[in-house]
Amino acid sequence: MPKHPDDLALTPQTEGGFVWRSRLEPGRLTAFARIIQDEGGQLLALWGADDRHLGRNFTVHVAFLSSVGLIWTTSELDGDQPAYPDLAHIFPQADRMQRAAFDLLGIRAQDGVDGRAWLRHAAWVEDAFPLRKDFPARAACRSPRPETEPYPFIRVEGEGVHEIAVGPIHAATIEPGHFRFSVIGDRILRLEERLGYTHKGTEKRFEGLDLATGAKLAGRVSGDSHTAFAWAYCMAVETATACSVPDRAIWLRALFLEMERVANHLGDLGFLGNDVALTFGFVQFWRLKEDWMRLSARLFGHRYLFDMLLPGGVATDIDARGKADLDALCKRIAGEVQTLRHIYDEHTGLQDRFANTGIVAPDMAARLGLTGLAGRASSQAWDARVQFPCAPYDRLDVNMALQKSGDVLARAEVRFTEVFESLRLIRLLLEQLPAGALHAPCTQAAGVCEGLGWVEGWRGPVIVAVRIDADGRLDRVHPHDPSWQNWPLVEVGVLGNIVPDFPLINKSFNLSYSGPDL
Amino acid sequence: MATFLILQQILKTGSVSEPAPEADPALRTREQALHADILKVFGQAVAIRHVDAGSCNGCELEIHALNGPHYNIEGMGVKFVASPRHADLLLVTGPVTRNMEIALKRAFEAVPEPKWVVAMGDCGCTGGMFGENYATCGKVSSVIPVDVEVPGCPPTPVALLQGILAAVSGGRRDAEG
Repeated sequence: MPKHPDDLALTPQTEGGFVWRSRLEPGRLTAFARIIQDEGGQLLALWGADDRHLGRNFTVHVAFLSSVGLIWTTSELDGDQPAYPDLAHIFPQADRMQRAAFDLLGIRAQDGVDGRAWLRHAAWVEDAFPLRKDFPARAACRSPRPETEPYPFIRVEGEGVHEIAVGPIHAATIEPGHFRFSVIGDRILRLEERLGYTHKGTEKRFEGLDLATGAKLAGRVSGDSHTAFAWAYCMAVETATACSVPDRAIWLRALFLEMERVANHLGDLGFLGNDVALTFGFVQFWRLKEDWMRLSARLFGHRYLFDMLLPGGVATDIDARGKADLDALCKRIAGEVQTLRHIYDEHTGLQDRFANTGIVAPDMAARLGLTGLAGRASSQAWDARVQFPCAPYDRLDVNMALQKSGDVLARAEVRFTEVFESLRLIRLLLEQLPAGALHAPCTQAAGVCEGLGWVEGWRGPVIVAVRIDADGRLDRVHPHDPSWQNWPLVEVGVLGNIVPDFPLINKSFNLSYSGPDL
Repeated sequence: MATFLILQQILKTGSVSEPAPEADPALRTREQALHADILKVFGQAVAIRHVDAGSCNGCELEIHALNGPHYNIEGMGVKFVASPRHADLLLVTGPVTRNMEIALKRAFEAVPEPKWVVAMGDCGCTGGMFGENYATCGKVSSVIPVDVEVPGCPPTPVALLQGILAAVSGGRRDAEG
């Protein structure tokens, strides 16, 4: 056990792994969060659970990122008015997570600065909490509710200030959310986001599902991160049930995860070109992405590799011919992306729009917990594949992409670097793919069991925490998308920029709505 | 310099709008047939407004792909537009969340008559894995009238194009309801 700067007992979730579990009285949460912050760590996720049917009370769970890996703390709350100390004054990224935990469970962060509802717009009444076990899983959509409920946006006042309200439906084909800009002329003084429009009761839906169906639902938390969520979910289930996954299956999972990363980065690099009126960039990158999708469909039967993972392993394999075809496409795409990168580098109009636009400075990124690829564009050097590698990444020696300017250009550069790295990793995975079985049975554990999975998806760290009941069905699942903590940094990045640059800045982060809306 | 490199790359790439026959000949034939049908039915453009009413964003990936160079839909007069007031057809994805229900109804009302509605994906057609619960109303047709349902998780770009065609070739919707 590593020595941690507190007298706290950390239990490793698995032997040699990087996930640690700790039970912590709520009164000690604040002090513990400060220790994590002092050593340069972050808060990755915060969620709640109703444990009353297990003879306990409500609990609040936090996933901290620290020098030893991920520390998962569980604090049992007491009383009829369940509450825990506010963590947002230490880690501001906790704010929306705490508000969501109240909307869904009625557990409150004491002295939290923002008491506004987050996920609950007007879909259910204020004193009902859907994730409580006594709330019906199949509650009718047509139950009575108010038509709309006003949301008090923070107003900016002064001469010449006016507001621009955008959304929830946006002009382009993107997910729904509301952006409230306060501007003078074209310059943005403040942006406030209101999300939660795609809240579809995903966490409640998990309750009672069998383990295999849970993997399918996990993959649909945010479709563009299907493999990341499905893998984190499977990892959580396999940890909970002490299931040993065959090597070949684990290597194939990494293959799918890197293929997902390449697909999304290619698409984003095209859209970034499009947003600065370089249609050429869009057409070229989307040509490559379509080639990638078509080969994915031919080799594995699905363009986005949906439902390839199941608890205990994978559902599909690759043969020698498939390996050769994928290897050849990796080689070709690496060459073509090199050419396109050269063009992006040489294109003065594009460089002018990318550079110094939407800046999140490294100190701000650290203070607000910017994570994943956007974090790495602002000097936040975290990549679970590098520092805390699960198999097979412990055998692959992944290189981290890192930039410090924190602007659109930096986020594009990180994507370019990661495309090349993932293509290299895919070719390595194909070359060294071990022989063997594709899956092993996950046998039911005796009694209630829990586990947490942690995967570096293309957007950032994806976490799924799972509790399985004594009958082997899902009791509580919390999937965490890195967009939770990155959305507030979009509000920061746009400050002082002009409104017409907002689409470009927003696309450079490319955050999920469905992922955090749940 | 950049201009030279761009021209060089464009010349090198050529047109990809018709995929090479050896890549997937079945797909190619269907695409060509669809394009001919669209021209026959219309001889004009169809403007589509997409509304994500609660999707997981999987369907959005395929709408983006449909707008890529392989499919060349704008060349055939199919165009995605920014406002429902400019649209002939509303393309709706997702199980309809209660938080999006009002926005979807307003977008539908904003599309001028006559109009079509296409529900895209398993969630839009049936509610999918999410179904109906405290937060969602399930399939699109429980909120607004739907002309064509395109199943799939997500449906491929070709399936989506076929669905759009099925809607527009079936005649225009006369009135709401």
